[in-house]
Amino acid sequence: MVGRNTGSAGAGPSRRTFLKAGGVAAFGVGSLAVLPLFGSPSQVQDPAKCFADDLSSTQKKLVVSNWPAYIDPATKKQKNTLQDFEAATGVSVDYTDDVSDNAEFFAKVRNQLGGCEPIGRDLMVLTDWMAAKMIGLGWVQPIDADKVPNLHKNLIKPLQGRSWDKDRNFSAPWQSGLTGIAYNSKLIKGVGSFQELITKPELKGKITLLSEMRDTMAFMLKVVGADPDKFTDAEWEKAIEELHKAVRAGQVRAFTGNEYIQDLTAGNIVACEAWSGDVIQAQYDNPNIKFVVPEEGLSLWSDNMLVPNKATHEGNAEKWIDYYYEPEVAAKLAAWVNYICPVEGARDEMVKIDDTLVDNPLIFPSEEDLKNTFDFMVLDEKQSQKYEGEFSDVTGG
Amino acid sequence: MTAAVVAETTGASPHPEPQEHSPKRKLTGYWLLLPGGLWLIVFFVLPLYSLVATSLYDPDGSVLQGYDMTWAFSNYWHALQDYWSPLVRSLVYGAVATFICLVLGYLLAYAIAFKSGRWKNLMLVLVIAPFFTSFLVRTLSWKLLLRDDGFIVNTLQFLHIVGADGRLLATPVAVIAGLVYNFLPFMVLPLFASIDKIDHRLIEASSDLYSRPAVGFFKVTWPLSLPGVVSGTLLTFIPAVGDYINAQLLGSPKQRMIGNVIQDLFTKANDYPAAGALSVILMLLILVMVLFYVRRAGTEDLL
Repeated sequence: MVGRNTGSAGAGPSRRTFLKAGGVAAFGVGSLAVLPLFGSPSQVQDPAKCFADDLSSTQKKLVVSNWPAYIDPATKKQKNTLQDFEAATGVSVDYTDDVSDNAEFFAKVRNQLGGCEPIGRDLMVLTDWMAAKMIGLGWVQPIDADKVPNLHKNLIKPLQGRSWDKDRNFSAPWQSGLTGIAYNSKLIKGVGSFQELITKPELKGKITLLSEMRDTMAFMLKVVGADPDKFTDAEWEKAIEELHKAVRAGQVRAFTGNEYIQDLTAGNIVACEAWSGDVIQAQYDNPNIKFVVPEEGLSLWSDNMLVPNKATHEGNAEKWIDYYYEPEVAAKLAAWVNYICPVEGARDEMVKIDDTLVDNPLIFPSEEDLKNTFDFMVLDEKQSQKYEGEFSDVTGG
Repeated sequence: MTAAVVAETTGASPHPEPQEHSPKRKLTGYWLLLPGGLWLIVFFVLPLYSLVATSLYDPDGSVLQGYDMTWAFSNYWHALQDYWSPLVRSLVYGAVATFICLVLGYLLAYAIAFKSGRWKNLMLVLVIAPFFTSFLVRTLSWKLLLRDDGFIVNTLQFLHIVGADGRLLATPVAVIAGLVYNFLPFMVLPLFASIDKIDHRLIEASSDLYSRPAVGFFKVTWPLSLPGVVSGTLLTFIPAVGDYINAQLLGSPKQRMIGNVIQDLFTKANDYPAAGALSVILMLLILVMVLFYVRRAGTEDLL
C-alpha cells in the first residue's frame, strides 16, 4: 500500500489541480451541450404508410408471440391445435410465449414500432386496453375482412362493437376472461360484493387486489356509483380516495398479478380480486377456491391478436386467425386453456370433447351472466398517465 | 457502479516508476484502457446522459407524442415532494439490512477465516451456493417459509412474539429479512478476503502485550479488516436501497421502496421525466453518502 499522494499540499493550486478543474469544467459544459441531443420524437405511425411487403405466398412462416400457458400443449398421443394448423396450411409456426405483462411488452417493442421498424413478429396477443393504445398509435395493420370470414361470423356478441375497434378491423380476441372475486371457502363463508371486500373488518389484511389499474379501478368506480365506461374526473377522485382509505386502513395486503392464486391456496389471504381462468385452474388442485360474480357486476376483457406494422407474413397471420375461429378448433383450445371462448358454436363442439366443461359459466357464460358486464373507458395518453400515476401512488401507500 | 468509480479514482494515485519510458511505452497504457473505456462510454456514460436528459424533459409531454427538452429542473422538486417517503424508507431498510448483514457476515467471515480449518473452502462454497438458484425463486421461497399458517409464524405466535392474529409477510420484517438474505454473500466475501489476510502473529503479539481478547479484537483485528467492512457495506447497501423485488414479493403497499416507485413510473404510469428525476436523485444521494462514508472511514487507500 502506497502512502497518500500529497503532491498538491503546498500553497496555491498546482498545475495538476488546475488541469483537473479545467477538465471538470470542460466536461460539464460538454455535457450540457450534449444533453438536448437525447430528445424524444413523436412515435405515432400511419399503418397505411408503415408496412412491409407480404411474403406469405413464398415464405410459409409465421411468428407468434403469446402469453404463457395460453395454448394447448402437444402430447405424444395427440397433436395440438398448432400442429393441426401447420398440417392444414403448410405454414411453419414459430410460437413464443414471451408476453407476460402488457406494460413490459410495450416497453420492449416501443422503440421499434414507434420508429417504424420491424419487431420480428407477425402476430402478438395483447389485452384490450393495450391493443386499443397500439391501434391508436397506428402501430397495427388492419386485418382483411375477406380473409377472416370465421372471425366476423363466429365472434360472440358481447365482444362485438367494442368502442376502440368497432368492426374488428384490427384485432381478433384470442381468449376472454372475467374479473370478479375469488375466495377460499374453507376460511370464509363468502363475499358478495367488492364493497364488502374492501371494507369488511374480518377481511382486514387478508385480501389482495389486482395491480392492473383498469381491473381494480373499474370496480372502485362501481363502488362509488360511477360507470367505468364513462366517468368524470370528479368520480375518479372519489373512487381513488375510497381505495386509498382501504389501503390506509391496512385492508389490502398487496396489489398483485397472477401470484394472488398461490396466496389464496396457501391461506395467506382469504379473498381477492381474481381472473376467471386462474380460478378454474386452481380449482383442479383445491376445490375450496370459489369464484363469485360481485354485486357490482363483472368486467369482461379479452386478449387480442394483432398484426404489428412491418410484419412480413400477414397473409399467414390471417390464416391463423381464421383457423382459430373455427368452432371445433376453438373448443379444443378452450378445453385446455379454461378461459372464456370468444367463438360462437364452440360450446356445441365442446360436448364431444369434455361435457363437464359445457355448463361451466366461466368458459361458456350465458347471456344472463354477461348482461351485467362492464368495460373500462378508453383513455387518452394524458388521462392514462394521470390515472395510472395516481393509482400507483395509492397502491404504494 | 459507484463503488467502481470510487475505486478507480482512488486507485489512480501515481506510484514511482523507476524505469525511463519511451513515448511508445506511454501509449501502451492508453491502449490497454481502450476496451474498458469504450465499454464504459457505450454502456454507462451514454445511458447516463440519456437518463439525465429524460429527467429534464417537459413534464407535459408524453412517451408517444414525444418529449421536448425544456430543462425542467422542477421535475426534481416534484419527484422529491411526491416520493420522499418511499425514498426515506428505502434508505432506512437498506441501512438496517446492511447493519444486520455486517453483524451476521462478520461472525461468519471470522469463523470461516480463523476457525474453520480444513472446512474453509467448503464453507466458502456454501456461502455462494444459493447463487446457483435464481434470485426470484429464492425470494419466492421465503414467501413459503413466512406464510401466515407456516411453521415460523406459528412458532412465533406460540411464543407470543407476534400476536395470535399477527403475521410476517407484508411487514417490514419480511422485506428486511429478504434483503439481508439476498445480499449477505456480498458482505461475507469481501469481509472474508480481508480477515483471511490478517497476520495471526499480530493478534498473538497483542495478547503477548497483555491485552484482553476483546481489546485485541478492537485494536488489531477490526482495524485490519476495515477494507472488507467498507467494501462489504458498499456492496450491500447500494443494491439493497435500489432493490424492488423483496418489497414487491414480501411486502405490501406500505413497504414500497423507491425501486418499486421508479419501476411503476417507467412501465405503468409512463411518466418518464419523474422516473428519470427519481433515478438521478437516488444515484446522487447514494454517491454523496458513499463519498462521505469513505472519507469518514478514512479508507480511500484501503479500497
